Amino acid sequence: MKSGIGVFFAVAIALGGSWLGFVVGPTLQLGTAKETAVLVSGDTWPQQRTGEATLGLQIYRANGCAACHTEQVRQQGVVYEVALTGAGKNPTAVSNVLAGLKLSGLTKEEADEASGKITGAGGKAETHLAATGTDIQRGWGVRHSVAADYLYDAPVQLGSLRAGPDLANVGGRLADANWHLMHLYAPGIVKDSRMPSFKFLFEKRKVGVTPSPDALTGLPKEFAPADGYEVVPKPEAKQLVAYLLSLRADAPLYEAPFTPATTAKP
Amino acid sequence: MNPADTNQDCTAKIDASCRVPLLALFGVASLSLVLGLVFAIIASVTFHQPEAFASCPCLTYGHTQAAANDLLIYGFAMPAALGVMLWIFARLSQAELALPIVPVAAANLWFIGVLVGVATILGGGSSGYTWLEFPRVSAMLLGVSFVLVAVSATATLGLRKERELYPSHWFLLAALLWFPWIYSTANLFIVTTHPVRGVTQAVIDWWYADNLVFVWLALVGIGTAFYFIPKITGQPLKSRFYALFAFWTLIFFGTWIGIPAGAPVPAWLPTTSAFASYMLIIPIAAVAIVFVKTLRGNTVVSRGAALCYFRSGTVAFLVSALMLVIQACPKHSSVLEFTWFGQAQVQLQILGFAGLILCGAINYIFPLVMGKELPFKTVSLQFFSTMFGVLLLVISLAIAGVKQGNAVYEPTAAKFWLMISTTGTLLVLIGALMMFANIFVMTFKWKIALAKAALAAVKAPLENSEVKA
Repeated sequence: MKSGIGVFFAVAIALGGSWLGFVVGPTLQLGTAKETAVLVSGDTWPQQRTGEATLGLQIYRANGCAACHTEQVRQQGVVYEVALTGAGKNPTAVSNVLAGLKLSGLTKEEADEASGKITGAGGKAETHLAATGTDIQRGWGVRHSVAADYLYDAPVQLGSLRAGPDLANVGGRLADANWHLMHLYAPGIVKDSRMPSFKFLFEKRKVGVTPSPDALTGLPKEFAPADGYEVVPKPEAKQLVAYLLSLRADAPLYEAPFTPATTAKP
Repeated sequence: MNPADTNQDCTAKIDASCRVPLLALFGVASLSLVLGLVFAIIASVTFHQPEAFASCPCLTYGHTQAAANDLLIYGFAMPAALGVMLWIFARLSQAELALPIVPVAAANLWFIGVLVGVATILGGGSSGYTWLEFPRVSAMLLGVSFVLVAVSATATLGLRKERELYPSHWFLLAALLWFPWIYSTANLFIVTTHPVRGVTQAVIDWWYADNLVFVWLALVGIGTAFYFIPKITGQPLKSRFYALFAFWTLIFFGTWIGIPAGAPVPAWLPTTSAFASYMLIIPIAAVAIVFVKTLRGNTVVSRGAALCYFRSGTVAFLVSALMLVIQACPKHSSVLEFTWFGQAQVQLQILGFAGLILCGAINYIFPLVMGKELPFKTVSLQFFSTMFGVLLLVISLAIAGVKQGNAVYEPTAAKFWLMISTTGTLLVLIGALMMFANIFVMTFKWKIALAKAALAAVKAPLENSEVKA
């Protein structure tokens, strides 16, 4: 290349290509995305966050929580599991069949074969689909994260480092608001935690005529305030916790199918 | 007067024409480097002393990490690179810097933008997008300042006597065109009141991060190294063809990297990025060939002087690019994604590659444009301090990443190695302080001399002809 025009064209071709690919492409493909349907139940996904949780996302952003926490669960694949749902009229025959069967970690064919054997012996069986992978085993989610999960987020806080645990499904696995408040105030309640305390989202004050109904209860002794004092979360802390509780990626979708654990119905 | 004298005289004039703009740009760069590393140390200490800075909201990891990274790239690397670029363009053109007042104004606007941005991040006003944390006003100041410097740079380029471009020209000119494109796109698409929907924000942010931290720094770093290595060794760049090949493949494949393997986006995006990452082997090989061939038979002994900076910096680039290739392999990405390994690569790219090459260039250029030796003879000390610091920092973070990945992100798995990384950053900071002291003292002396000259001019008795009878 002998002149500046050559460099100009080189840049236009190279950067123009990736610009079309990674900026215009995804904008066209995903920019007009709408809610999707949850498998089986047909509900829409994702649910719009509550007002408080939407404010909480801004607290999450302002404090740079995404520097240490990701909000994305990865998945290696799926396995089939066969669950016995009824013993039928000949329980002995079914239990004999069961004794020689592997019921979890199966491929589709193995699962069909196993459930065929059980029904052959007169029992009832269901085939379940479950996601696999280190993140799933770690208990961080029940399926991998998909683009639809972030439809309402601005800014989207995917994160890139897991200095702390993943939070994509934290509302599903840790649903206790008081625990989250205590943990923000005193991360030391989790052994070996590396998280700094977010004390500045709380107010430590003298107990007034009547104690605040919001005051933290159940703080372990080493973190509890002195007698006559109470720790009250500021609105920011409550919003942040509302946001954390709203983080759920636990609905089976077309692009991330699994069989949800059945909750006993009355 | 023989021709050699005229030439030297002319070179001194060119250097002097760059003096004020480079004072401003390098001053911003050296101060930001120190500030950025201080924030990096505060951020890093959080991992062995979580409570150390917890009482101050603005000093928690989420704030200081973003402030440190932005200070290092927008505060240090970019002004330093722009200053070096202006000087290289003036020297290659054999012409005095065009419109020298423009980059001076730009450097000041740029610094205001960076300061406002960092203050906003510390106050909780970060936009929440990696590398784009600055608020809109900072983004505008940075964008305008960059274009101003680019105007002066291209005007100087237009004055060149030798019409054919030198290989460094391609890289540096491409960098001038690259940044306005990616920065305006990223800011208009995501740092606005109505950003694009959902996960597209993350895709555009990744695209921007890769094009800034990998491609932009690679363009200015390699462009600078391809200028200085032949200049210092006195051997020509070997060869123009390989350099052209490296340039094309670097921008062609480098620009597609950045979407991580596990991202919750349509699969074609991470797949394209992984493919581009493997292809990165080609520019890595091309740069390595130019590097080895040009240095073969070199007799200049360096011992920490300028050549060491450019040699180590280029090696840092090759390693950092190889780390990107490793991260793209599915076998490794499942372990290394979301760990400190990625941070190790970013730090190597910024402090090891861009940091060493730009500091080397500043130490080389600064005495020339000032027409004086540096006040402290710390150039080789700064080199060894920075290099060992970067080695400690990057190796410990990489080991921490592997440990963390294998332990499935147990928070304590990497604690020891994170303490080593803090030590590494401290060594880099010591090196940065030496450069800052040199630039600061020299600027101070220059300003005093200016003031004295002005005072002398005021006090001087009027000539007879000017005295009214």
